[in-house]
Amino acid sequence: MAKSIDISDLNIYYGDFLAVEGVSLSIPARSVTAFIGPSGCGKSTFLRSLNRMHEVIPGARVEGKVVVDGQSLYDPSVDPVEVRRMIGMVFQRPNPFPTMSIYENVLAGLRLNNKRLGRAEADAVVEKSLRSANLWEEVKDRLGKPGMGLSGGQQQRLCIARAIAVEPQVLLMDEPCSALDPISTSAIEDLIHELKTEYTIVIVTHNMQQAARVSEDTAFFNIAGANKPGKLIEMNPTKKIFSVPDEPATEAYISGRFG
Amino acid sequence: MTTLMDKPSDALDHVSLKHARLPRWAPVLVLVIAFAASGLLALLLGWGPVAIVVVALLIYLVVLPTWSRVVENRRSAVDRFVTALVWVALGLAFVPLVSLLWTVIREGAPVLDAKFFTWSMRNIVGEKGGIYHAIIGTLLITACAAVISVPIGLLTAIYLVEYGAKSRMASSIRFLVDVMTGIPSIVAGLFAYALFVVFFGPGVHMGLGGGVALSLLMIPIVVRSSEEMLKLVPTDLREAAYALGVPKWKTIVKVVLPTALAGIITGVTLAIARVIGETAPLLIIAGSTDSTNFNLFKDQMMTLPVFIYYSYTQPGNHPEIARPMAWGAALVLILIVLVLNLLARVLGKIFAPKTGH
Ligand SMILES: Nc1ncnc2c1ncn2[C@@H]1O[C@H](COP(=O)(O)OP(=O)(O)OP(=O)(O)O)[C@@H](O)[C@H]1O
Ligand SMILES: [Mg+2]
Repeated sequence: MAKSIDISDLNIYYGDFLAVEGVSLSIPARSVTAFIGPSGCGKSTFLRSLNRMHEVIPGARVEGKVVVDGQSLYDPSVDPVEVRRMIGMVFQRPNPFPTMSIYENVLAGLRLNNKRLGRAEADAVVEKSLRSANLWEEVKDRLGKPGMGLSGGQQQRLCIARAIAVEPQVLLMDEPCSALDPISTSAIEDLIHELKTEYTIVIVTHNMQQAARVSEDTAFFNIAGANKPGKLIEMNPTKKIFSVPDEPATEAYISGRFG
Repeated sequence: MTTLMDKPSDALDHVSLKHARLPRWAPVLVLVIAFAASGLLALLLGWGPVAIVVVALLIYLVVLPTWSRVVENRRSAVDRFVTALVWVALGLAFVPLVSLLWTVIREGAPVLDAKFFTWSMRNIVGEKGGIYHAIIGTLLITACAAVISVPIGLLTAIYLVEYGAKSRMASSIRFLVDVMTGIPSIVAGLFAYALFVVFFGPGVHMGLGGGVALSLLMIPIVVRSSEEMLKLVPTDLREAAYALGVPKWKTIVKVVLPTALAGIITGVTLAIARVIGETAPLLIIAGSTDSTNFNLFKDQMMTLPVFIYYSYTQPGNHPEIARPMAWGAALVLILIVLVLNLLARVLGKIFAPKTGH
């Protein structure tokens, strides 16, 4: 069910600007992989290229290969819509649909993809997804209210519920906890622990402790300077990265953060 | 150094947040005094009401800021001066509006009765008839124009925002739409007439032609307003939908359009309000008749603007009957536009993205 992702020699451009250069790594199935690195080093850019979301940005393009479960994502015959159904995404900023209620927001992925759902079935999906995202208790009495009426952190958990309601095989999370309080953050981390038995999860985070807590493997990206491309410095099991990293740059970044 | 240290720290640290203020009723008082002074002058010099108001406002604009300058400070004086200017400008903008409405109501209201709304002018000579035929004509032709222009305009806007973006095709379309905005309405009428002559021969008159002519005027407005509304929809929402594996067309239909719907409806209503009073193109292609015609595809069709035009310019032997009817029809036209605007507000409220708890 869950898929591993193999990336080789990936270059990502915004127009003429090379944002990410020469990344090769493999993301194992049924585990959590964390991306860390300084701001602007291309973590979000790289993450978006894993489900072809970069194509939404005019001028963005990719060279290289991303293989999921034996299929090359950038093959001309591959439909990006199918890719995104398989590889879901949670964004840095919460983005619930303003015209939909909380209930409809959770079901949006299913409904907009023409899934026929009975009332009972839909209720079950909504409850399960909201429980997984640790939002159920807070919203169960106002499922019909607009999703925009929630607090920022609640909106983010709603977006997570919406992403897992479609049961993707890979879940890409771009700093999902940057707007959350410690309690919700730890709920999301618990959720990630549960999900990794079934899903492949990639999470971008600026929080070292979080990367250390939730991930099996960690990839460290860095950037040489302004307007230089971001590069993968090293990818290793999280334990190793946080104790004896191969690269001095990784060591410097991590220890700098820990003080 | 020592002098600095010696200064009582209170004097250095204490910045007063208060200063003298004019009393709350100062502007009202000055206004009353200004009008009294101006009225007195008017009595002495025999001015009319307009002069009284102008002089009173000038006095107000001088006295209040001066008083404020003396008692308060420079910033408050400027503030009071500009505030007064803004109110005067608002008042000036209201003058033509109110006087127009007042004139139309005064002249038009007396003729409004049941007969006026339910009769046409068929076989009516020398007595008051009704404008039923013109109301029907206006509603049908405008509806026809809306039916033509809303799909075309909306789809064009969707192309411009969602597909064309910055392509050369999109910028040429934008340019053409801007050119279209400037087409004089009489030219739109002539174009529709020429087009229909090709199919139906010379001397053609039909409501559909009026609809086509009006849609030429409406399309650019619909395109431009819808485009602005679609642009306001955050990219985040589109990305959220794409990331759920929703195809692009469905994202547009189910996420982008509903989010922008309130604004689009407002834009369409304004476009309708803009063309509903067009006269010139309808004179040419829809023509004029005394009978009620429900068929958009055949024969002349009366409309409110054309009715007003003929009743006023060619009142025949009974101008004392025809002229008030023209005013009555004008009032009805304004009321229709008013109702449309209210409707747009209500619909906008209903469809607006909800944010509250
Ligand atoms: N839409 C875009 N168009 C052009 N350049 C972009 C775009 N988005 C990002 N970039 C550039 O690509 C580089 C990488 O940006 P990216 O958003 O991937 O960084 P990041 O590692 O996610 O940073 P952060 O930790 O702050 O989120 C930056 O130099 C950025 O300016
Ligand atoms: Mg980022």
